[in-house]
Amino acid sequence: MSSTQQVLGFDRSVAVGRLRRPSWRGRLQGSDTTWAIAFVVPYVAVFFVFVIYPVVYGLWLGSDPALYGLLFSDPTFLTTAINTLLFVAVGVNVKMFLAFLLSGYFMSRSWWVRSLLAIYLLPWALPALVVFTSIHFMLVTQWGLLDSLWRAVTGADGPLFMTSQWIAMTANIVAYIWKWMPFWTLIFLAARMAIPQDIYEAADIDGATGFKRLIYVTFPLLANVYLVSTVLSTVWTLGDFPTVYFVSSGAPARLTDVLATYGFREAFDFGYPRLGVAAMMSALPVLIPLVILLMRRVQMRGVQL
Amino acid sequence: MSATVAGSRRASKLHYRLRRYLVEAASLALGFVLVIWSVTPLYNMAMIAFESHDGVFSGSIWPEHPTLESFRVVVTQDFWYLEHFWRQFGNSFIVGLTTMFLTLLIGSLASFTVGRLHLRNGWLLTNAALMTYVIPASFLAIPFYRIMQIYGLSDNLWSVILAITTFATPYAIFIFSQYGRSIPMELDESARIDGANPWQIYFRIYLPLMSPALVAVGTYALLLAWNEYLYNFLMLSTPESMTVAVALAQFLNSDESPWNLMMATAILYALPPMILYYGFRRYMAAGLTMGGVKG
Repeated sequence: MSSTQQVLGFDRSVAVGRLRRPSWRGRLQGSDTTWAIAFVVPYVAVFFVFVIYPVVYGLWLGSDPALYGLLFSDPTFLTTAINTLLFVAVGVNVKMFLAFLLSGYFMSRSWWVRSLLAIYLLPWALPALVVFTSIHFMLVTQWGLLDSLWRAVTGADGPLFMTSQWIAMTANIVAYIWKWMPFWTLIFLAARMAIPQDIYEAADIDGATGFKRLIYVTFPLLANVYLVSTVLSTVWTLGDFPTVYFVSSGAPARLTDVLATYGFREAFDFGYPRLGVAAMMSALPVLIPLVILLMRRVQMRGVQL
Repeated sequence: MSATVAGSRRASKLHYRLRRYLVEAASLALGFVLVIWSVTPLYNMAMIAFESHDGVFSGSIWPEHPTLESFRVVVTQDFWYLEHFWRQFGNSFIVGLTTMFLTLLIGSLASFTVGRLHLRNGWLLTNAALMTYVIPASFLAIPFYRIMQIYGLSDNLWSVILAITTFATPYAIFIFSQYGRSIPMELDESARIDGANPWQIYFRIYLPLMSPALVAVGTYALLLAWNEYLYNFLMLSTPESMTVAVALAQFLNSDESPWNLMMATAILYALPPMILYYGFRRYMAAGLTMGGVKG
């Protein structure tokens, strides 16, 4: 639980650790240095062979400016870029906001809310491939579960969901929220539990209850966790592959592709790996500021990784 | 006078009770909605898996002729996509367990050095890890595919193991560094006075005290490897070397659509991670709050 406290800024030991650190410097003696180097060699090797090399190789693959001219003249790519923005902006924010509210609901002590939490975590516990394929099957034909439900309720045949660009895109976003909301709910739940009870008691005496308590006490205390989580989730979601690949798989006619699936198809279905890399690199102008913000934010808080 | 006071008190008591019932009812209703929301796609999965092949396309909302036939086919490898099912299941375990072992080893050694031996410029290493942590894995898929060919590892389980270890290690370093702070430095010092070298301190003192963090990160790495699809798909191409994830997605290429077999396979594939999640939820919750599971 100390982690949450650090994110929340309650933990003083970080500051103490910082002050103490300089006194340890220079204690490394001859044989210790050898040990230390031997201990970090595996990680450094992995970093160079499997991070630096692919990153540099990827940058090299996507370094030709002509690629970007080609990319931006492709109407499918423009649709893809808009889809990605939509997917990230709506998906991440709705997911985070609902997760934040639901984490309050799961704070309840009653036994049935606790057992509900176990069921609520199921989407997160299962492999993405499995659940997204199931959602795909629910939507894709007139025999899918949603169509059957539609028929049972209205008596008429349901719409063909995957023939509409907007329904398919909505399905992607809803599936994404469905899969990842439980995880972030857990994060917020842990953060809420780390808030000392006496703060609430003091707020209670001052007359802040219910809705006021949420806005003036809980939210300010969780603001940092909320921000870091949102940025982190945005970065990951920009590169989200399985959701769109399995739920709508780009249907209809590649109108619901996002960057990761577009790049994948260009590289492995059509055989233009450079174009695929270029598509993913077009996210860098958004990605880099977010990564810098995230690294600053994490370090400022004293979570020295 | 007193009658009105008593009356208003009774009214406010009634009001309070009514409010509590309303809150309770609303919370029950929300709970009901959440159960439906969480379970529907899973119900769909089970419904298809328990349906006979012809029944899949009947368009009903429950299995009309529930049968275990699909599971029998999967377990006995009685379908051409599933010829190597158990071997692929084994491959998934090999990849998961090896990734777990490597992640724990590399991650704990690195964070031990940075946190306890105070390696000069150790912050470079932690920053490198943080940077790796925030790169979306799918963006490196194309270069990785080429690089594994250059290393001569294509269609080899090691390519997947190494790729996923790369993406799991930063999280491990993150968690271990955090958790390591709670272990008093005095232990290391007294061991040193007793003549222990850094390896002995690592193995005899650091690792045993870190065991909760090791369990959390181990579970994380195992699940990451088990659930991962993109890298598995790109690196592994022959049925003998495939993991279950790749074999499962093969069904989507088929026109014949044996959906019931696919969903039965999916359920078997999803069982180990589910058992792990619920078995180690307590440990994972501790590690969770620091970063998150990369999706």
